[in-house]
Amino acid sequence: MTFAQVWAWFTDPANWQGTDGVPNRVLEHLVYTGLTLLFALVVAVPLGAWVGHTGRMRWLVTGANAARAVPTLGLLFAVSMIVGPLIQSDLAFVIPSIAVLVLLAIPPLLSGTYAGIDSVEPAARDAARGMGMTGWQVFSRVEAPCALPLFLSGLRSATLQVIATATIAASVSLGGLGRYLIDGLASQDYVQMVCGSILVALLALVADGVLALVERYAVSPGISGRASRVPRSRTTGRSGDRTTDPDPSSDSTGADRPDPDPRQAAATGSGSTGPVRATASTGNPSERDRT
Amino acid sequence: MTWALDHLDDIATRAVQHAWLAGLPLVIGLVVALPLGWLAARRPGWRAGLLTTTGLLYTIPSLALFILLPPLLGTKILDPVNVVVAMSVYTVALLTRTVADGLSSVDSSTQQAAVAMGYGPFARFRSVDLPLAVPVIAAGLRVAAVSNVSIVSVASLIGVSQLGYFLTDGYARTFPTEVWVGIVACLLLALAFDVVIQLVSRVLTPWTRAVPA
Repeated sequence: MTFAQVWAWFTDPANWQGTDGVPNRVLEHLVYTGLTLLFALVVAVPLGAWVGHTGRMRWLVTGANAARAVPTLGLLFAVSMIVGPLIQSDLAFVIPSIAVLVLLAIPPLLSGTYAGIDSVEPAARDAARGMGMTGWQVFSRVEAPCALPLFLSGLRSATLQVIATATIAASVSLGGLGRYLIDGLASQDYVQMVCGSILVALLALVADGVLALVERYAVSPGISGRASRVPRSRTTGRSGDRTTDPDPSSDSTGADRPDPDPRQAAATGSGSTGPVRATASTGNPSERDRT
Repeated sequence: MTWALDHLDDIATRAVQHAWLAGLPLVIGLVVALPLGWLAARRPGWRAGLLTTTGLLYTIPSLALFILLPPLLGTKILDPVNVVVAMSVYTVALLTRTVADGLSSVDSSTQQAAVAMGYGPFARFRSVDLPLAVPVIAAGLRVAAVSNVSIVSVASLIGVSQLGYFLTDGYARTFPTEVWVGIVACLLLALAFDVVIQLVSRVLTPWTRAVPA
């Protein structure tokens, strides 16, 4: 196997057309990933937010994290064998695979959402209540923006997990880029396997990069530490690395600060790494799942 | 159950292979991650670069990595070395951040006291910073161990022998019992790793159990 063979595969027009072509396989992979994340978000976000907001039923999060020890390959095979025969249509292979992918995406999303809400300073919550906010306002205006960094790092880890596992799911007949790896293996076409692997790795890197950008720009400047570039911070108060900030008085609510906090300067350096770093100390959504 | 009892020998052999494929990379990964994490903790300027690079390595899906490594390493695709290298890469990716966080979490007054007592940079790292970072590093190792055990089973798709064989074989033969045996065996192995790491961490940090005066 040489570089030339890989190059030849990528430049062969035959590999860019039809069901088995690269564009279709990439699209399939993206559709599976998107669908899975959509279902998983619908389940995990309200649940995680509720657990974080009320502090009830924390065992749900602990349990979901413990469930990550189940080997994904085993789960995939077990569910396909149980659910597959029950479905009479062409979807017999797709539904079980998506179900497993959703199951795998829930724990990182759940613990990301939970850890995010849970890490909100009690002082910030109290201040919001003191300002007369209702329970829903406290959640939507204070807790949700503060939780965003940890939630997004949970989303990143779930996305990677789903992209990786969707590849493996080709062994239970799911489409997507995994087909190149599994079909190449079956027909001893090593070049095709390598090309498929390169595509999967690229897709994962690009998806992670896009989410990193989202994380960078969606998070409120006051929380990510970008605020310190602005002379006067309008929206929020403080330092970038919230959870590593031991100061209990640190508030993230509205109060207009005439002078930028001096510590913000120190926190800027950790700007983009802030959210992820914070996770390491709070929970484990950043402990990315792998398959 | 009967099937599992009839195949105990086979299960044990593959469990040992699985333990090697998941455990050896933990050791290799820790040895590599210690200096990297130390650098990241010592030089804030290097931190972002080091952690981003290791983070990118962790992004590569495992099946893809198992297939991409042979041409890079010049090994055969069935060679277990590929799995060991891939798992070591993931372990380094996970642990570099943990080691850096652990070392950074050491109280600066403790570090200053050590310097004042005449510890050089290396001696301080070995006898002060590293022992104090053990709980954090052990937490990272536990995550890496559980994730390694799960990922190693994927290698059965490319034919490397370990517990994952029961998963692929059971699926190929439509024999659910075998798949369940494989899953339970993987879980038990992950649990065993977890217990061992916690025990070692306890032994290494006697002061965490000191009775408050």
